[in-house]
Amino acid sequence: MAETENNKILEVKNLRTYFYTDDGVVKAVDGVSFDLKKGETLGIVGETGCGKSVTALSILRLIPQPMGKIVEGEIIFDGKDLLKLGQKELQNFRGNRISMIFQDPMTSLNPVYTVGNQVIESLVVHRKLSKEEARRESLKLLEMVGIPEPKRRFNSYPHEFSGGMRQRVMIAMAIANSPSVLIADEPTTALDVTIQAQILELMDELKHKTNSSIIIITHDLGVVAKYANRVMVMYAGKPVEFSNVDNIFYKPMHPYTIGLMKSITRLDEEKRKKLKPIEGLPPSLIDLPKGCIFRIRCKYAIDQCKKEYPPLVEIEKDHHVSCYRAKEFMDGILERFGN
Amino acid sequence: MLYFIIRRILQIIPVIIGVTLILFTLMYIIPEDPAKLILEKGATPEALQNLREKMGIDKPVYVQYWRYIKKLAKGDLGTSYRYRRSVNSILADHYPNSIKLALAAIIIEIIIGIFAGIVSAVKKYSFWDVLVTVSTTIAVCIPVYWLGMMLQVAFGLKLGWLPMSGMGDGSIMYYILPAITLASVSTAFVARMTRSTMLEVLSNDYITTAYAKGLSTNMVIGKHALKNALIPVVTLIGMDLGTLMGGAILTETVFNWPGVGRTIYLAILQRDAPVVIGGTIILVMIFVVMNLIVDIIYALLDPRIRYEKKEIQI
Amino acid sequence: MASIKELEVLEEIETGKKYSRTSLYKDAWKRLKKNKLAMLGLSIVILLILIAIFAPLISPYNPILRIKEDSSLGPSMNNLFGTDLLGRDIFSRVIYGSRISIEVGVIAVGISVIIGLFFGALSGYFGGISDALIMRIADIFFAFPYILGAIAIMTILGPGIVNIFIAIGILGWASIARIFRSSILTIKNKEYIEAARAMGAGSSRIIIKHIFPNSFAPIIVYATMNVGTAIIVEAALSFLGIGVQPPTPAWGKMLAESLAYIDTAPWMMFFPGLAILITVLGFVLLGDGLRDAFDPKLR
Repeated sequence: MAETENNKILEVKNLRTYFYTDDGVVKAVDGVSFDLKKGETLGIVGETGCGKSVTALSILRLIPQPMGKIVEGEIIFDGKDLLKLGQKELQNFRGNRISMIFQDPMTSLNPVYTVGNQVIESLVVHRKLSKEEARRESLKLLEMVGIPEPKRRFNSYPHEFSGGMRQRVMIAMAIANSPSVLIADEPTTALDVTIQAQILELMDELKHKTNSSIIIITHDLGVVAKYANRVMVMYAGKPVEFSNVDNIFYKPMHPYTIGLMKSITRLDEEKRKKLKPIEGLPPSLIDLPKGCIFRIRCKYAIDQCKKEYPPLVEIEKDHHVSCYRAKEFMDGILERFGN
Repeated sequence: MLYFIIRRILQIIPVIIGVTLILFTLMYIIPEDPAKLILEKGATPEALQNLREKMGIDKPVYVQYWRYIKKLAKGDLGTSYRYRRSVNSILADHYPNSIKLALAAIIIEIIIGIFAGIVSAVKKYSFWDVLVTVSTTIAVCIPVYWLGMMLQVAFGLKLGWLPMSGMGDGSIMYYILPAITLASVSTAFVARMTRSTMLEVLSNDYITTAYAKGLSTNMVIGKHALKNALIPVVTLIGMDLGTLMGGAILTETVFNWPGVGRTIYLAILQRDAPVVIGGTIILVMIFVVMNLIVDIIYALLDPRIRYEKKEIQI
Repeated sequence: MASIKELEVLEEIETGKKYSRTSLYKDAWKRLKKNKLAMLGLSIVILLILIAIFAPLISPYNPILRIKEDSSLGPSMNNLFGTDLLGRDIFSRVIYGSRISIEVGVIAVGISVIIGLFFGALSGYFGGISDALIMRIADIFFAFPYILGAIAIMTILGPGIVNIFIAIGILGWASIARIFRSSILTIKNKEYIEAARAMGAGSSRIIIKHIFPNSFAPIIVYATMNVGTAIIVEAALSFLGIGVQPPTPAWGKMLAESLAYIDTAPWMMFFPGLAILITVLGFVLLGDGLRDAFDPKLR
């Protein structure tokens, strides 16, 4: 256990991020805990609106205020609690020790400054570099992320690039200072399928080159299957299941995860089976029901589920689930892959 | 970039021609007989006819018009009915003063307007924001000359801090009240516009990216947000220059400022059409040139306009 | 040729639009009521209209009556706003001045709206060369400073209130034309227009019956704002002496008269100016409120 402790590079404990709107309090993230190990890729998955992006934004405290507020939690990185850092220290971490890339490359780059300018910015904000050094570094970065003719594109503006290229630029900016953690919020959702594969491969490659750990947020289970080491499944702002990727796909223990797995096409299943969507709709995050929020759509719900949200419990090594009946699934008492 | 500038200049020329043509044309539909204006009452019909011949207004309309076009091409704005001097000479004395006042007003408009707009956007809903919003709403409704008069009474009369009228020795003191008055409505527009574009810009993704890179709030707003927010504001300032030109007439009158505006005012009182039209043309020209400068600044700020022609796709 | 009734029925069947049209206005009214500033604006406007209509009843003195002995008196119980250089009661003159302002506001903007609707319709509905041409001309009008244009026109036409209506009316058509045109472009291609045309409705009928009611909302907003502008321009013209002629009381004219007496009789300029300010403020607040009420997304 001691080794695994030392191996943890980022630890999130009981994070709660709420948004205060005219219609009520939106509990976007409500009690999320997980950890990230050195050198691994952690995938956070869930439907749109389940709070995965907000979780990512909370780590770097990029939540828009005054509407949003991180009301509780600890985010331990390098021995410090990020949520307690002062502005200046926080700025030191951002883009330096922990970087983030965002979903829509079309809008994530500033249209009135050249690409070169923006890449250099990532460097000089954290390091003292002369103009030539900064330029040289930036060119190297652009090359690393696979941008052809970096010298020429250096002086180009974002609108002259395609979506895939822009995302590469984002990645270049993010790895500029060799961060320990790279958070990627739906990095490929806005891109073409062929480009998606390229970008993901690039990220995987770079991870090994720069020795970073990646948190990848996505709703695409295929991406997770290929690139993630561990996976956290979220639903309506809460963690539902957290384990290594094999367990999630082959031994899911939470009814929601089980439902997810049944609803996707898998190469390892017989062709005949129909895709089964999970019935019902995700709840509004303002009016959350008491107890387990999934119980309304869950066919395994029992009385206890109404009372309190089931805590995240480690039912076997490296496998955490928030479900009162997980043990029953484990022990084979309940059928998981039935109709 | 040079290509862009040339293109814009070429676009302006037909507009200038169009405007001046319309105005010159208007002048020729004047119903009153200018000769009667110049000579005193009781002048003999022969004397009147004599003068008319000399002025060339007895000829048919199209002849007068043709003469005018020829003169216009040479830059000659005609002769004043009242003073029998060329309009050009009358205006030449005065237009530098108008430009100076206009520049002072523009400086105020830009600095105060943009600053107020930024602060009220960044500190949305704060006391400052409310103050700016309320005062700009009111400022838009104030008649410019009334504001001028109120300022005169308050600061010139009651407090005696500032001179009430005239250009005096040209020192800054004399500029303050007229410039503030002239700039008032425009400043309000600029502040409101800056506020709303700033709010819009701040909600963009690239702002989040900038923060994620570890930039301080000052850097994010000053570098990333500002340039984007200013683009529409610059356009607004350009469009608003016209109001400045119109306001110049009113402000110069109230403050007795020796500029083109006041000249036009006096000419209006004296029904001296060539001066009115000529003066208006000068104001319009100043306006058009300033617009061109604004367009160029706009292109400097927004690379997407500049590089319309070159689009590289990968 | 299909009758209007048939078109109405068709419309209802097609999209249920008839209901949505009235409920658009009902919804907007509800939102407007909630907006305090807009309600303030509305009250000012209504108050102004009432003052203008009932001027003879409310004003204590005849506005053009000169009382030599009473000239240049400060505000007092006898003369709430004081008297001017000719001994006329300023309070009464301010009240009567509202008539000019309202007249100019309504008539001039009315002219702008009519011209604007006409050209906007031509431009939007028929497109092509007429569209390009009209829009180019509109651009020139847009670029041209309002006051300068008004001065130029008034210099030619000569002073007088009718000329003011014309001058201001002619200058204001461009913005109305532009929004009407864009409304048309949006609606033109919707299906129920196709249906109406298929039933034989002519172009003007289509424009009047279908497009017009739907584009009314933004026109109302712009028209309201333009009234504020019109009042300011009229005041400016009167101030310069080419507006309303004496002895008719107009706020701008009163300000011009007060110029020479700023130091001795400041009340002469204070009250008329305040009247202009409050009036225009009313229309601006109302206009803003209407815009928010019709489309809250436009915040």
